Amino acid sequence: MDQLAFIADILLPALWGGLLVTLQLIAAAAPFGVLIGAGIAVGRVYGSRPVQYFSRAYVAFFKGCPLLLLLFILYFGLPSAGISLSPFTASVLGFIFCNSAYDSEYIRGAIKSIREGQFTAGLALGMTRGQVIRNVILPQALRRAIPGLVNEFVYLIKYSSLAYMITVIELTGAGKMVATRYFTYNETFLVIGLVYLSLVTVTTIGAHLLERRVAVPGMASGRH
Amino acid sequence: MTTDDTILRVEGLAKSFGTTEVLKEISFTVRKGETKAFIGPSGTGKSTLLRCINQLIVPDRGRVYLHGEEVTHAGAKINQYRAKIGMVFQNFNLFDHLTALRNVEIALLKVKGMKEGEAREKALFELRRVGLEDRADHYPAQLSGGQAQRVSIARALAMDPDVMLFDEPTSALDPELTGEVLEVIRELAQNGMTMLIVTHEMRFALSIADEICFMEHGTILERGPPADLRDSPAFERTRQFAGRFAEL
Ligand SMILES: Nc1ncnc2c1ncn2[C@@H]1O[C@H](COP(=O)(O)OP(=O)(O)O)[C@@H](O)[C@H]1O
Ligand SMILES: [Mg+2]
Repeated sequence: MDQLAFIADILLPALWGGLLVTLQLIAAAAPFGVLIGAGIAVGRVYGSRPVQYFSRAYVAFFKGCPLLLLLFILYFGLPSAGISLSPFTASVLGFIFCNSAYDSEYIRGAIKSIREGQFTAGLALGMTRGQVIRNVILPQALRRAIPGLVNEFVYLIKYSSLAYMITVIELTGAGKMVATRYFTYNETFLVIGLVYLSLVTVTTIGAHLLERRVAVPGMASGRH
Repeated sequence: MTTDDTILRVEGLAKSFGTTEVLKEISFTVRKGETKAFIGPSGTGKSTLLRCINQLIVPDRGRVYLHGEEVTHAGAKINQYRAKIGMVFQNFNLFDHLTALRNVEIALLKVKGMKEGEAREKALFELRRVGLEDRADHYPAQLSGGQAQRVSIARALAMDPDVMLFDEPTSALDPELTGEVLEVIRELAQNGMTMLIVTHEMRFALSIADEICFMEHGTILERGPPADLRDSPAFERTRQFAGRFAEL
């Protein structure tokens, strides 16, 4: 009884605020992750030499750098270089860098799986390379990359809790504060776990709907 | 500028891949409304020749002129020339994520800058021309090979090209599906379309081409009107090659 009252009156209201921050972090980071990931992937496949090198270095760096370290650099390190970011902005930037590096790998793989002849056909019709990439290659590559991109999105949901390490009071952080104050670690973390689980579940369902919606008859999806 | 009815002029096209000379100084002209067929064994550079004409492959030497304007070394203008040179591929190369209609529309929208309604009308007209208006909403995977190739012909025709290049348009098709595609091409020839056709369909080439070019090892070994080539093949290889198909 006591526990239910605690959850209803204290824990959930506190978590609600944290959840909103978590959702904002994800909503701010994910679209740019895909967008920049697509740009990096295109740069790696179709770019000039320098662009290819840059794209590869970008992916190698952000895949190799532990996310927490990246957040520390962005939040604690950059001010000494004269750039001060809010904890929220630093977190979102870190997530975008990390997310886009991985997203680009999925998109690049998808681009490479598209039959070469379609590029040639686009050029033969008078399209520029950019037009072919935008109108022919990416619409197909992004479809094929959906399962991978969803994977990364799910990781993002979970690693968004790292923002707490640079003082963003998101879901995990809000819970930790309640738990410490009321000494209710088990209840609190169990509830938080359930919230993350439902976020991931909703994402998975949403992804299936999206995939079905954009499916093209006979066109191989990214699932193998 | 040319004063005669020459549409396409190819001068001394040469191309090597590594140490292999794939095209050795190929030259010819194509008159308005002419159908020129290229035949010859695999690997003799027929595809490379067609792709050099619209610069999908950049030749090492030689020039291509469309209406007297140089297509080679056209720089950024190359897209405008390509839009005037229709190309049909052995493997159709339809855009997999687009319906037949969208396949035909897309370059009208993006290259010609047409409005949606106008492009749609034009695309439907071209699909009707190849007898596939009722397949407008089908995706490439839902079409037979013959239908897919006809859509790709419609896609090229929609740009109102000055000349059409066909690279073995029926080679990827089951024998029973080649007829419908050849019929479409034959109709184009009758309606005065200017065309270069690479094909192994010898009988078809003999029946619609104004001139047949026999290619081997990167050169045009022999060329002439079908009647000459059929009756008096000067080259032994031509006879062997043509003979093989004459029995069909
Ligand atoms: N991109 C390329 N790189 C290297 N070699 C090529 C390339 N394209 C064609 N070739 C070679 O050039 C020769 C002619 O090819 P192609 O023009 O396709 O002949 P055809 O169409 O007459 O069969 C072949 O030996 C082929 O292997
Ligand atoms: Mg060929």
